[in-house]
Amino acid sequence: MLSRLRPGRALSVLFATIWLLVVVVPLYFMILATFRNNNTYLTSNPWTPDNLTLSSYHQVWAAHLGSYFLNSVILTAACIALTVTLCLGAAYRIVRRQSRWVGASFSLMLFGLAIPIQAIIVPLYVMMVKLHLYDTMYALILVLTAAAVPVSVLIMVSFVRDIPRELISAMLIDGGTEWTVFRRLVWPLSRPVISTLAIYNGLNVWNNFLLPLVLTIDHATVLPLGLNNLKGQFSEDVPVMMAGVLLATLPLVILFILMRRQVMTSLGGIVAK
Amino acid sequence: MTASASTSNATGASLAAAPLRKQRGGGPARRGRGGGVADLIGVGPSLLLFCLFIVVPMIVAVVLSFVNWDGVGNPTWAGFANWTEFFKDPQAHSSLWITVKLVVFSYVVQTPISIGLGLFTAGKGRLKSIYAAIYILPLLISTVGVALMWMSFLDPLLGPLQGHQAWLSNPGDVLYALTLIIAWQFIPFHTLLYAVGRRQIPEVLYEAARIDGANPVQMFFLVTLPQLRYTIVTSGILMIVGSLTYFDIIFVMTGGGPGTSSLTLSLDMYKEVFPATDFGYSSVLAVILGVIGIAIALVMVRYSGFGKMQSQQEGVA
Repeated sequence: MLSRLRPGRALSVLFATIWLLVVVVPLYFMILATFRNNNTYLTSNPWTPDNLTLSSYHQVWAAHLGSYFLNSVILTAACIALTVTLCLGAAYRIVRRQSRWVGASFSLMLFGLAIPIQAIIVPLYVMMVKLHLYDTMYALILVLTAAAVPVSVLIMVSFVRDIPRELISAMLIDGGTEWTVFRRLVWPLSRPVISTLAIYNGLNVWNNFLLPLVLTIDHATVLPLGLNNLKGQFSEDVPVMMAGVLLATLPLVILFILMRRQVMTSLGGIVAK
Repeated sequence: MTASASTSNATGASLAAAPLRKQRGGGPARRGRGGGVADLIGVGPSLLLFCLFIVVPMIVAVVLSFVNWDGVGNPTWAGFANWTEFFKDPQAHSSLWITVKLVVFSYVVQTPISIGLGLFTAGKGRLKSIYAAIYILPLLISTVGVALMWMSFLDPLLGPLQGHQAWLSNPGDVLYALTLIIAWQFIPFHTLLYAVGRRQIPEVLYEAARIDGANPVQMFFLVTLPQLRYTIVTSGILMIVGSLTYFDIIFVMTGGGPGTSSLTLSLDMYKEVFPATDFGYSSVLAVILGVIGIAIALVMVRYSGFGKMQSQQEGVA
């Protein structure tokens, strides 16, 4: 039995290893390139670790990467906090189903799942200019949070729905208000889904390029836009660009290493639900 | 006899009354006290944000598609002029065709690889979990980062693979190169979906197939694929709508070029406003993009045998 499976297994390991190389080889090239300067990048062998220097990291940090970094941290933190609190509140009320309009607004949000954000960037740009929010962090926070509402509410509703009704009833009988039920019961029980959504939305916000491109110009530059600026500034200097990419990705890689299992179930589970 | 009947009646009544009373006590009491205010506080903010920044812009896009506006002066009513322009504009037709090609290529490249890798990483074992962890890495890099990395990597003069064709500046190759780079970034996500899907297939099905004498290939086609139907639909919708509206990597790497050989619908739409400031015509393209996206999502959900799939799972349980 086992021996019959072996050729198949070997083939699948071979296939998986080929893809592993496809993933790793360009990454290895990039990491090595960051430790070169513009001269050694052109003259050294791109695959052997020699002639290493940190000068590209100094250069890219001097090119305002730090402030882009700070903006991205603020944006991501604000969006995660807003999305999680607002959408969990909404999900709780949707599950309780006390007013009819709540159900209707849930359907409206579900329809929003199908609207591609690319189709609305021009109106968003016009609106933000009219509201005097163009080129501010507020514009990015508001739109990115709004864009996260449909998925987040859907996932949270399917989670909150599984909280036993008896628990909610018991708490209300004991004199609890809707607020205490939410604060003492729904919020603590929802911790797994909160971290799932925080990871999923955080990744989307941190790496979002289109909305910062359309809604900001230079006062609220976040990392993806900053990296695109590097392309203009250092088009001839590959090591500096690669150092920028690496620094921008580092927080996510650290997060991933610290909580690998959770990140993977979050990303996979979000749609598989 | 009568007495016992009456007592049983009494207990029956009290039993029936108990859950009723419980409900009135404040269980999931419909339209109970404070419900309205709580609903407003709970649902209001996210609904407001969603309507203001997703629904309203969608409506504004439709309205803008019927006006002439350069973004500075007053918009003037254009009727269907922008729409008839779309049917005459060879650039728009070419963008639409390039978009369709990108969608088809992306689907054909990403789906089989994602299924294969998903099935591989769904299994247990140290090797597989190390592979799975490394596969995720492209997903963590921002699309701009992915674009910059591949631009440097594929640079025919300064890159590590010197001496090959300049794929990104060759109109005949650029779309294939972009398809592969986009695949590099998104296959990890779809691999995860398929891995989750595979883990949800009950092992009983494989045991039954084994007893019936099925070989691994038969098991793949008769058990795995039909059971993954739901995942195939989900991943397919995300893949198709995702590549239909795809923007980031193409914008950074080629800007739609060389010439217009990688100018997709969403890039065309962007360029009609930045820098061309033709808000009306750009909105026509935006509405078309939105409608195609919504239509594909609806059609795929409807014709994918959603219902059948669920009853299949129930049969197993």
